[in-house]
Amino acid sequence: MHLTRKGVHVKIDELKSDFGLFKNLELSVGRVAEETWTEPTGPTPFPSVTALRDWDMKLLQRYRPFYLPYCDVCCLCTFGKCDLTQDKRGACGLNMAGQQSRIVLLACCIGAATHVAHGRHLVEHLIEKYGRNSPLDIGGLNIDIEAPVTRLVCGIKPEKLRDLEDVLDYCEEQVTQLLSSTHTGQEGSNLDFESKVFHAGMVDQVGMEAADIAQISVLGFPKADPEASLTDLGFGVADVSKPTILVIGHNVPSSVGIIDYLTEKGLLGKVEVVGICCTAHDITRYSSMAKIVGPISWQLRYIRSGLADLIVVDEQCIRADTLVEAQKVKTPVIASSEKNCLGLENRTATPSEKTIADLVENKVPGVLILDSDKVGEVAVETVMKIAPKRGRFKIIPELEKIVEAAKECTECNECRRACPNDKPIPEAMKAAAKGDLNPLAEILESCVGCARCDSACPNDFPLHSFIVKAGEEKLCKEKFKMRVGRGAIQDVEIRNVGQPIVLGEIPGVIAIVGCSNYPQGGKEVAEIAEEFAKRRFIVVTSGCAAMSMAMVKDEEGKTLYEKYTGAFDAGGIVNVGSCVSNAHIAGAAIKIANIFAKRKLRANYEEIADYIHNRVGAVGLAWGAYSQKAAAIASGFWRLGVPVVVGPHGSKYRRMLLGRQDKPEDWCVLDARTGDKVYVGPAPEHLFTAAETKEEAIVLLAKMCMRPNDTSKGRAIKLTHYVDLHRRLFGSLPNDIHLFVRNNTDIPITMKDEIVKVLEEKGWQEQRIPDPTLLPRLVRERKG
Amino acid sequence: MSAKEEPWQRAEIAGPKKALLILKPEVVGAMVKKAKRPILVAGHLAAEDYSKSVRMIEYVIRIGKAANIPVVATAHAVSEFIKRGFQATSMSAMDIGSRLADPEWKGLDGAGSYDLALFMGLPYYMEFVILSGLKHFSANLKTISLDRFYNPHASWSFPNLSVKDWKENLETILAKLGEERKDVNV
Ligand code: SF4
Ligand code: SF4
Ligand code: SF4
Repeated sequence: MHLTRKGVHVKIDELKSDFGLFKNLELSVGRVAEETWTEPTGPTPFPSVTALRDWDMKLLQRYRPFYLPYCDVCCLCTFGKCDLTQDKRGACGLNMAGQQSRIVLLACCIGAATHVAHGRHLVEHLIEKYGRNSPLDIGGLNIDIEAPVTRLVCGIKPEKLRDLEDVLDYCEEQVTQLLSSTHTGQEGSNLDFESKVFHAGMVDQVGMEAADIAQISVLGFPKADPEASLTDLGFGVADVSKPTILVIGHNVPSSVGIIDYLTEKGLLGKVEVVGICCTAHDITRYSSMAKIVGPISWQLRYIRSGLADLIVVDEQCIRADTLVEAQKVKTPVIASSEKNCLGLENRTATPSEKTIADLVENKVPGVLILDSDKVGEVAVETVMKIAPKRGRFKIIPELEKIVEAAKECTECNECRRACPNDKPIPEAMKAAAKGDLNPLAEILESCVGCARCDSACPNDFPLHSFIVKAGEEKLCKEKFKMRVGRGAIQDVEIRNVGQPIVLGEIPGVIAIVGCSNYPQGGKEVAEIAEEFAKRRFIVVTSGCAAMSMAMVKDEEGKTLYEKYTGAFDAGGIVNVGSCVSNAHIAGAAIKIANIFAKRKLRANYEEIADYIHNRVGAVGLAWGAYSQKAAAIASGFWRLGVPVVVGPHGSKYRRMLLGRQDKPEDWCVLDARTGDKVYVGPAPEHLFTAAETKEEAIVLLAKMCMRPNDTSKGRAIKLTHYVDLHRRLFGSLPNDIHLFVRNNTDIPITMKDEIVKVLEEKGWQEQRIPDPTLLPRLVRERKG
Repeated sequence: MSAKEEPWQRAEIAGPKKALLILKPEVVGAMVKKAKRPILVAGHLAAEDYSKSVRMIEYVIRIGKAANIPVVATAHAVSEFIKRGFQATSMSAMDIGSRLADPEWKGLDGAGSYDLALFMGLPYYMEFVILSGLKHFSANLKTISLDRFYNPHASWSFPNLSVKDWKENLETILAKLGEERKDVNV
């Protein structure tokens, strides 16, 4: 008998009944799945909310939550507001730890729901266009394990688009279950909320994987191609002599509709299609004609520059004031997702000619069209007619206007007090009043484009526009190269690097992902990436971070993508693609356990996570993480035992998961060979923490690549990087080095004398290197 | 600027329990003197040039020396302290925050938990949430923000101050701690 989530299939060789004898009877209830995966199902297929709770608690015992409440109150129900200060409880009995963990869960549910809904829309859309039996193929012969996350979590092997429907059914059900636990009077324990956070993250990873493998398979994106092509990226990418469509968001079908219509009408190359955020990633995976403007923080500056003649938005991370801002520059907007209708009239059923005419004649500021082909037609036809009329109308002021306004600035500081990065705008205005616009231009480098300064100014100065204008000259010349998202990692790449990663000889995998809420601008991301690529770590990237690291050139004018290989190998800078492509990073870690180490994959979550946590030196860095999706993505990695570091703004996620290196009892594992409890040191030290500066992040990432399983050769290599970086950036030897040296052969030869001295001072004792596991059931020989 | 319980970043509102304003800085000096186990946490901004006239790190070192209290330098700030020949303990902001929130933590020297933590030089919003974590989860610890701006989750904080007033306040605290007063030039 084979079970899908929706169907039961019974096969009976012989059945005697009152009606007679039946042979080879087959009954199907619901949908039948053909069984081509012979691996026996593991312990946790389609895990329920609590199925992996024991594993979660193991991690949470070691990595304890440190809550960082934003404010003292809870206002989630009408019992409230409740003051939860210190040991007070709310009217429902909840305390502050419970409330904070509940907020984290809410964020992760929002994130997971967003990816799952994205996946659902994509799968439905692609099924409608290409059929339910379209095969899933994300890497041809180079990939056998096409959906490692889904196989691990759900225990099924999806082969066709239709199989993803089952997967998404599961995800939707889980998100609903999880969300329900945040209702007043449900879950009361903060640790159980945290376990549910992990569950949300795991479900999120499944949802992301479903979305990305669907689009890769059907839309012909690069299939695990290390040499995926280079695309243009930057504020200055568009040929402004052509009508320009700007696409913003994450869900690519409407942008595909535009490219398809251009292709069909022979107009490719006559209209510019440029993108912001993950839609830009995915449309460049679809077509070499599309280009990328930049990460999400580039939205407002690009819209206000008037360079876009038409804007198409789909879903996620789109500014809520897109329509308002677009109207200011007379740019029509087409909304194309049910999740983001912007108050616009639904013209899905209206004849295209009528909609095009209304947009061109400015009778409506924008329209909602929930049909990607129609979006393509309306967008292209409208932009061709409207571009000459608009004449690149912009609202970025001329320099004289800025100087004039600056003279009226009262230096009241309201702009600075609204700025998330505390930028000295008043001082810059003071300089501007004297004709020096350099300080304003400098602010652009680390401006996240939020325009809170605009809203705050009592004089209503459009300060963000001032800043953009001041930095315009450099901005408009910006043109870089980024390797388009390659998708998954090939099985053969995993075979090649599995061993050096697990033994520690490739010092680590650094996944630099997430949004662009940077404390000091995106260049820091490029600096961090290059530091590790140069040191022959594997650098994996996705989303806005992948764009930011392209936006720096060396003296020869080359970006990181032109200097480093796109292969998943030492010294590679591997762009997997958009947000949903993050699933491939988890997938790579899972495949190391399965393909290289031959651990069973099917519905065997705990064992694989235990393997990854103890052996795969991978760390995530979301330097500019801002979103709920980023929270969900991080939590998926936590459950797999992969630590994540965020930038300083990430401290606002309200909770860290921190290990305590000063508590030796926290750092014991079981030796799977003997069952002995063995101290292995704080490796990795944290599961989730925020770093204050780039320097701190770099040192922390190097340190957090250490794993209990490292061989001495591997540990010595990892220690070399950690000590070297610490010395360079912190000006001293690390004060915890003795915790990471297990025996004399772990000590890097070139640093022997000074490290031995520290070990002596600290009264260090040799430790043995076990076959590490946190799961008693994996111990092969029990003592006694 | 008038002395008000008004967060520097406008939206960073704390709730019912807000930091008390430090209107008489000598009181801070007295509190540090009275504390059994005080500690000073200096963020990376302390190691940067605050303005032409202010090196925050100098104040951190002077307070550390005058009050004889341990200093934790977060992020990469420790390198600046080393250059100045001052011994600070290097620890991340989250690590020191979570340890201070643990009533069982025996401190950097193993001699017992701290009863007063002074903060300076962390990014405003990061200090805001860490002070909140401490307010809610460390019943026996009092916190003081010595930054230029009102940080509402501390137990005590300066109001938003001009650079000059801020320096004046720090000098007054140092005088109370027994250091000879220096003139403030801005
Ligand atoms: S959910 Fe609980 S703590 Fe929050 S407002 Fe309602 S009763 Fe108060
Ligand atoms: S808010 Fe406006 S008036 Fe006030 S300092 Fe800033 S720019 Fe000047
Ligand atoms: S738009 Fe830039 S300068 Fe203005 S508040 Fe936002 S980050 Fe600060």
